[in-house]
Amino acid sequence: MSPSELPGLTIAELQKILRTREVSPREVIRALHGRIEEIDPQIGAYLSRDLEAALAAADTADVELPLGGIPLAIKDAISVRDQPLTCGSKILGNYRALYDATVVVRLKAAGAIPFGKTNLDEFAMGSSTENSNFHPTRNPWNRDRIPGGSSGGSAAAVAANLAIASLGSDTGGSIRQPAALCGVVGLKPTYGRVSRYGLTAFASSLEGIGPLTKSVRDSALLLQVMAGADPQDSTSLEAPVPDYAAELEIDLRGVRLGLPNEYLRAGIDPEVKVALDAAVAHFSSLGAEIVEISLPHTDYAIDVYYIIATAEASANLARFDGVRYGYRAANPTNLQDHYRRTRAEGFGAEVKRRIILGTYVLSSGYYDEFYLRAQKVRTLVRQDFAAAFEKVDALLSPTSPVPAFKLGERAADPLQMYLADVFTVAANLAGICGISIPCGFAQNAGSLPLPIGLQILCPALGEMRLFQVAHAYEQSTDWHRRRPPL
Amino acid sequence: MSSSHLDVAYVAQLARLNLTAEETALFQTQLAEVLAHAARLQELDLENVEPAAHAAPAVNVFRQDETRPSLTQEEALRNAPRAANDLFIVTKVLE
Repeated sequence: MSPSELPGLTIAELQKILRTREVSPREVIRALHGRIEEIDPQIGAYLSRDLEAALAAADTADVELPLGGIPLAIKDAISVRDQPLTCGSKILGNYRALYDATVVVRLKAAGAIPFGKTNLDEFAMGSSTENSNFHPTRNPWNRDRIPGGSSGGSAAAVAANLAIASLGSDTGGSIRQPAALCGVVGLKPTYGRVSRYGLTAFASSLEGIGPLTKSVRDSALLLQVMAGADPQDSTSLEAPVPDYAAELEIDLRGVRLGLPNEYLRAGIDPEVKVALDAAVAHFSSLGAEIVEISLPHTDYAIDVYYIIATAEASANLARFDGVRYGYRAANPTNLQDHYRRTRAEGFGAEVKRRIILGTYVLSSGYYDEFYLRAQKVRTLVRQDFAAAFEKVDALLSPTSPVPAFKLGERAADPLQMYLADVFTVAANLAGICGISIPCGFAQNAGSLPLPIGLQILCPALGEMRLFQVAHAYEQSTDWHRRRPPL
Repeated sequence: MSSSHLDVAYVAQLARLNLTAEETALFQTQLAEVLAHAARLQELDLENVEPAAHAAPAVNVFRQDETRPSLTQEEALRNAPRAANDLFIVTKVLE
């Protein structure tokens, strides 16, 4: 196999040729490095890379380990010891991580090699990766379009064969939406399935770390290593971790798939609707039973999400005060001036906007009206899913109502940007698991085709069933094998 | 909802965040739209609904009260914007 083919491989494919010694881990890192140097200036998927550290890890890699010698790109909100951690923000200054996130500890112990930190919306706040303090990331399928967000760098890197696989984080769709818009597989695990220790906190009750990959099998292989209880994260779940990759193949006959009525209303791009209908018909042809279902509080989920997420963010981001780490404004006249200018100069516009909204909904006199009310509706959203999963095994919907939009198109209109997350936020409110897999292309959005993603949702800790349904679709279609011409 | 009560300049003070006049005016307009959208939550009867603070309601999680490895002083100071004599240098608190 020629070095130029290596970056396009899946984890499963790369494992095979590493174990037969057809290639060495060093050759894989070299090949990825070469392609990133050549291609990434057009995409902007990466914020930093440490070639020497990756080569050193490659030289001692044990390819017999579950992920031995497999390089992984890491969203730059996740700590990798001694590497920069920017969160896409100016306010972290020249911060370098002092420890590995628990997922990074586990992936390293399984033989994986962290290689490169990927671009994101500042503090994971955004749906387009335009809110990065450093540069936007471009969609590899059409470089005038956004890659989605906030894990846009992680999605674009996998789609453009600039990474074998990557890690992202999902607070309201930040793994699934960019996976859909870039044509890759993105998994949001059940809340608590994967430790959050070492993920910079944005909205602690909503977010989690998950993989972005070229196949469902790769997603299962990574979750296998990442999942499990962690003493460093009191919200991580004690539940046993099944062998996800061993039981991917199932017969879909008798499996009940729900189609939520509320997700099919006006506002969906016609080509997205066509792709969804085709995916549903395909599942039907595989023997699955399709059941129309109702999630009555769907329309309210986006409002609930932006109240709760910004409230939690306003508290979590209070730690950025310019005292112990990161950026500090020059020559403060007193402590108030120090705080206010450090934060004014260090945070970008979207982060400021969310701190203001979050502070407001928590403030005296408005707490009951906004935050408490949103928490109550969150209960209703959760009950909707509980009722639905009594009738069906999984739910199907588009991941995003539209294919990738143009850079700048929604940047000036936060409400429109927020509505990009309309199909993904409910899963975070309910803490269930979800995956986005490629299910077609939009042809009418300009001269180049744009990927469309299918979202599959399963109940909490239902990752096994989620992978099985996704894998059955994937193995009988070829959307996931398409790559942009780069 | 009473988004007309949103006073961005006042909230920015609460959040220890200086905003320019332009930012204040822009956020005032944009966030009023977001809050107007959220006014739909008023349609719901929430009389007997419990609030959910978390995705998966967790009971208290305890661990043994034992020391664990932590950062050294040198590590803790490594990312400090200003440090000297093994200490963080902070802005004067007392006038």
